[in-house]
Amino acid sequence: MDLNYTADELAFAEEVRQWVRANLPPETRHRVLHHIRLEKQDFVNWQAKLAERGWGAPAWPEQYGGTRWTSVQKHLFEEILAEEGAPPAIPFGLGMIGPVLIAFGSEAQKQRYLPRILTMEDWWCQGFSEPGSGSDLASLRTRAVLDGDEWVITGQKTWTTMAQHANMIFVLARTDPAAKPQKGISMFLMDMATPGVTVRPIITIDGEHEVNEVFFDDVRIPKDAIVGEPGKGWTYAKFLLSHERTGIARIGRSKAELKRLKHIASEETVEGVPLIRTPGFAAKIAALEIELTALELTNLRMIAAEKAGQAPGVEANMLKIKGSEIQQTLTELMMEAVGPYALPFNPEAREPGWNGEPIGPDYAAPLAPDYFNYRKVTIYGGSNEIQRNILAKAKLGL
Amino acid sequence: MDFNLTETQQMLRDTADRLIRERYGFEQRAKILKSPDGFSRGMWATFAELGLLAIEVPEEFGGIGGTFQDVAIVLEAFGRGMVVEPFIPTAVLGAGLINAAGTQEQKAELLPRIAEGGLFVAFGHGEPKSRYALAYIATRAVAEGDGFTLTGEKAVVLGGDCADLFIVSARTAGAAGERDGLSLFLVPREADGLSVRGYPTVDGTRAAEVSLQGVKVSRSALLGAEGGALPLIEQAVDRGIAALCAEAVGAMEALNEQTLDYLKTRTQFGVPIGSFQVLQHHMVDMYIAHEQARSMAILAADRADSPDALARAKAISAAKVQIGKSARHIGQQAVQMHGGIGITMEYSAGHLFKRLTTIDRTFGDADFHLARYAELSAAA
Repeated sequence: MDLNYTADELAFAEEVRQWVRANLPPETRHRVLHHIRLEKQDFVNWQAKLAERGWGAPAWPEQYGGTRWTSVQKHLFEEILAEEGAPPAIPFGLGMIGPVLIAFGSEAQKQRYLPRILTMEDWWCQGFSEPGSGSDLASLRTRAVLDGDEWVITGQKTWTTMAQHANMIFVLARTDPAAKPQKGISMFLMDMATPGVTVRPIITIDGEHEVNEVFFDDVRIPKDAIVGEPGKGWTYAKFLLSHERTGIARIGRSKAELKRLKHIASEETVEGVPLIRTPGFAAKIAALEIELTALELTNLRMIAAEKAGQAPGVEANMLKIKGSEIQQTLTELMMEAVGPYALPFNPEAREPGWNGEPIGPDYAAPLAPDYFNYRKVTIYGGSNEIQRNILAKAKLGL
Repeated sequence: MDFNLTETQQMLRDTADRLIRERYGFEQRAKILKSPDGFSRGMWATFAELGLLAIEVPEEFGGIGGTFQDVAIVLEAFGRGMVVEPFIPTAVLGAGLINAAGTQEQKAELLPRIAEGGLFVAFGHGEPKSRYALAYIATRAVAEGDGFTLTGEKAVVLGGDCADLFIVSARTAGAAGERDGLSLFLVPREADGLSVRGYPTVDGTRAAEVSLQGVKVSRSALLGAEGGALPLIEQAVDRGIAALCAEAVGAMEALNEQTLDYLKTRTQFGVPIGSFQVLQHHMVDMYIAHEQARSMAILAADRADSPDALARAKAISAAKVQIGKSARHIGQQAVQMHGGIGITMEYSAGHLFKRLTTIDRTFGDADFHLARYAELSAAA
């Protein structure tokens, strides 16, 4: 047993790090690390740059622009990008619909969409959740009816992340109302500019616009906009949701945030003493760091197993559970660290290019809003209760 | 032992509850938040009419001369409705400090105006570097001629946005951290050298950064004895905490009610989600957290005006720790069980969560009060 990375792996990591440092625009890096709102172009420019370097879609097959990296390399790549302050990868194209098209899409769909996902010429969003469905996705009610050469889609989606930036959406809709809930569902590719598509913002309690409702009012899309076969949408959706397993724990990002927490706790003082030197807060940071280390090793054990050819199993649900809990603790401790200055609500301070005078320390403005916003991470992608149910059943046989 | 309310207290509770139910629904509150002041002056006038602003004011100054338990009853109702009007800054901290330390003239001039709803007061004490430590104050008051010149910065002054009058702490002697040398001053908003930067806080109430640059006040602006204000400040903040505890209990109650209702009506996988055992257990823990918090809020209200400063401080810190724990637990779990809807602006659960989070961060968080409690226990 050797818990260290090999020399080759370390050399690879160094190459990635140097390249990121040379190519990541400093203002994008600043925005990511200081929780200033990113603009669409921050994401798109960075993805185009990665694609140009040949690193646009590490997990894809080489023929579509992917790499032949091992699971350890893919892990290192994601970690380093997060630690260096690169914009988080938007998963909907690269991690979700891309792999589905590679596995189940028609040749024409692959030709058309995959290159545009790689460079982010298309921004995809996900049309799965509905107001009544939540974690019970199979209860969705959006309908698709074939009418001559067109599908006519009617219904409503919700929690559609960054739909305001997207020009494409992949949609689950019911094509056979008579079939069992999971059997009658199909998956469609839709241009957001199609008549009948309406996007309405949902403002969350942190004051941000990140999610949306999307309405389909008799939206007509071509017959060939369906993915694979009718009625197989549930299978594709399950494939899609289980595909992107590495990175689910967001350890790289949490490490970067831990660094930031320590910085804030060194700046903040309690009667002249840095907060990080006070026993109570020091113990909280230490406990979190230990928890994060344990999760990192658990993650590495799974990655090593994957590299050795073992398919990832439901153990990955554990990464989602612990990873999300650690992210929440981080936001909570950062909010605690600034004491009374967690209270002012100053959303302008998160605007790119704002140079007003901050209220309190310059890092304070996003901290309480982040705490409120991050309550979502134990809810989305299958709530942590659902994740525990899955583990109980699949792993423990309960 | 008797935990029941007196007949008058029951009447007060009914009044406050009815006010919130009929005039302070979620939609009405949202409208109030959008107004330029961020609160409703009309609502404030109603508070005055109902006598709610007069509870802390003695009868000889046009008030009711109620007990702190009466204040707590009102605040519990306000907590359920997430009232955004600056009741604690003016009617609890302001009236309380003036009542405790003011001269006969000061009381006669100010207290009736508070009771009638014509004066907003804010207590400017905390500073950018003081965090929650009450003696860690650097603002200076230098004696000059027949008055004082005040210079310093006050941080996150609750209700400071709209205050007509600030009660400001400053050092007439000593250095930050020392117990002696603190004094309180009455400073009108329009005083030369005083600037107020108002803003909303994360829960939708208002606060301000207040800067004093050579603000001149006369000797008659001194509130209480020169140099000996810390015990008064501690008492005022302890009373503020007791008020917040009561408010938090009301907010927790509302949030638990909503969550329970959601568990019974929201269906997933063909059944109400309340039929899932794990959610039942979460809900039971939230129920327990609320009851524990209520017990400590009752204790805090009972001890808020205790003549025994140590007993008071211990009870208040103990209550703040429990309130902080319960608020965090109930707030987080309520959002989790509501799912995405719990973190949207258009639904009230998220706003209750934000108010509870704010309360935990006000006048010292759970960590601070745990340390204070331990210190007080060691001293006793």
